[in-house]
Amino acid sequence: MIPVLLGISFLSFLLMELAPGDYLDTLRLNPQISAEQIDKMRVQFALDRPWYVRYSHWLGNAATLNFGESFQYRVPVTQLIGDRLFNTFIVAFASTLFSWSIAIPLGVLAAIYKDSIFDRIAGFLAFAALSLPELFLALLALWVALATGLFPVGGLYGVDYDYLSPVGKALDLLHHLILPTLVLGIGGIASLMRLMRGNFIETMRAEYVTSAKAKGLSDFAVYFKHVFRNAINPLITVFGYSLSGLLSGAFLVENVMSLPGLGRLTVEAFFAKDYYLVMASVIMASVLLMVGNLLADILLAAVDPRIRYDK
Amino acid sequence: MINNPVQGEKSIEGRHPWLLSFDKLRSNRVALFCLYFLAVIYVLVLLAPFLAPYDYRKNFLDKSFQSPTRIHFFTTEGKFLFRPFIYDYQMADRITTRYEEDKTKMYPIRFFVEGNEYKLFGFIPMKTHFFGVEAPARIYLLGADQYGRDVFSRLLMGGQISLSIGLIGCLITFPLGLLVGGISGYYGGIWDTIIMRSSEVLMSVPGLYLILSLRSSFPQNMSSTQVYLMIVVILSFIGWAGFSRVIRGMVLSEREKPYVVAARALGQKDLVIIIRHILPSTLSYCIVAATLSIPGYILGEAALSFIGVGIQDPDTSWGLMLAQAQSHRVLTSFWWILSPGFVIFVVVLAFNFLGDGLRDALDPKMKVIK
Repeated sequence: MIPVLLGISFLSFLLMELAPGDYLDTLRLNPQISAEQIDKMRVQFALDRPWYVRYSHWLGNAATLNFGESFQYRVPVTQLIGDRLFNTFIVAFASTLFSWSIAIPLGVLAAIYKDSIFDRIAGFLAFAALSLPELFLALLALWVALATGLFPVGGLYGVDYDYLSPVGKALDLLHHLILPTLVLGIGGIASLMRLMRGNFIETMRAEYVTSAKAKGLSDFAVYFKHVFRNAINPLITVFGYSLSGLLSGAFLVENVMSLPGLGRLTVEAFFAKDYYLVMASVIMASVLLMVGNLLADILLAAVDPRIRYDK
Repeated sequence: MINNPVQGEKSIEGRHPWLLSFDKLRSNRVALFCLYFLAVIYVLVLLAPFLAPYDYRKNFLDKSFQSPTRIHFFTTEGKFLFRPFIYDYQMADRITTRYEEDKTKMYPIRFFVEGNEYKLFGFIPMKTHFFGVEAPARIYLLGADQYGRDVFSRLLMGGQISLSIGLIGCLITFPLGLLVGGISGYYGGIWDTIIMRSSEVLMSVPGLYLILSLRSSFPQNMSSTQVYLMIVVILSFIGWAGFSRVIRGMVLSEREKPYVVAARALGQKDLVIIIRHILPSTLSYCIVAATLSIPGYILGEAALSFIGVGIQDPDTSWGLMLAQAQSHRVLTSFWWILSPGFVIFVVVLAFNFLGDGLRDALDPKMKVIK
């Protein structure tokens, strides 16, 4: 994990260095800021040093969780990212929960009633849902919010959020989460459902299932005690992969639906050429992804006693 | 007759595997339909300047957000006309941007009319357009955008960018991924470690974050050709990682097979063994993977242009056209601005169905649960 993180940080630093111009360029256009002041800021932000000096400096600081200061806001980057990261996490978590709780029952039903009309329709809809671009879906959700007035049009917290009781806060957040969760969750439902169906059908063919049926267990017991627990394992591995797509999706959805998440922050920082902020968000997004993968591995080991990571 | 004992009956053993796969694809109606559908779309987009009635960059500010033109067959007296016609539209309400038909004059739709000059396929200078109406009326099949530009024309021209990026991206990614994955799997050792670690780095950054940080290493203002090339390069740079990892795995299992050992014993050069002998065995996987990866390029371009760091006005792409729909007023009042989103959906769906069908047809070894 650490070498990969090092690689990511190096890559993003390199890319930032290759970028023409820097944050001061925008300030230079401002007639109220004198040339001396700009030069002073150059030294202050260490933009006059070669890149490898700055990178090693940054790396040393990052080891102590100091990711530098934002040029734009003049506060530590961690402070800016903290809230945003939490928001992105909430959205991703809610849509994961949503898609799993819908996809697994649907997948199981489609497998049990294989080739029925329900299975066919669900299969086709899943394929269509997989192809729905999140960008388009987010715009449609925004349209629903505007046309019906039932949902908040953007943001994650109402204007009066700070004055609400804890229960009110939770309800307010949930209300704001409905549309983003739907938009992000639909793709996940489709792929998980297809996978669950496939695994379930395959497991139903196993010999122990035949023997369980032969000894007279009810269908219900066979499906849920024997098949289900074996069929669900591959999905946990997929959880890790799906997280990357989920974060990318959240990136778009945040920008369309103006949610105060990491993706939106990154885009804003990109346009302001706020290097450290972009870098830190990219790294944070990757950390989120890696932690997700790690959790999936641990969960898999917990669920499946055949998997042991020590040799 | 002696040479061909099975003549007269359909021999399955004697047919080339590719033909067998093709037969299988042909029996899959959905996939075949998607193949034809995509072919039609690509031809339409290739002929875009001819099919588009107007120059996609030309503004008509007095027609801002005009609703799609209605095509009539019946005159106001109820008489049926064989040649369809339209009416000119006039702004009826400035606040809600509502347009109404001006029924005083009919404008018949004519085919093969003279219009703005363009170059078909980029080199044949032409002035003829497939259809059009007499000025001052304008025919907007899919309405007009903010600047009164024809959405239909822009959709066709935008398709040239959105659809070609996927093809060109694949042409870059796949040879690169094959070579890198092949070398990595065949030689192993230090090269393998370096290549696999760097692909791991690329894969552990969520896609759009990586795209945006790659985008930042390019200047923010570039010409449209440069932007186009940049998008292709960025998306290909990301695409090779996952693909070459799969190829590496396949090469690894192929490396010790007798035919490779035989080729090595005959003194073939390593690169020749990789390219001529090992990589062809991955071909069917490549075709499927390429088909299924094209939507990724289309969506990647759309995302970049949508955020505002890709294709810039007055040029057009489907993602850029959708960016206009971000405004709340546009989104609620002018549904036709969302049409590129629908087109993206349909094209991506077709590619997914086709890829799925190809997988069934090309790879009988793969486990397919029906």
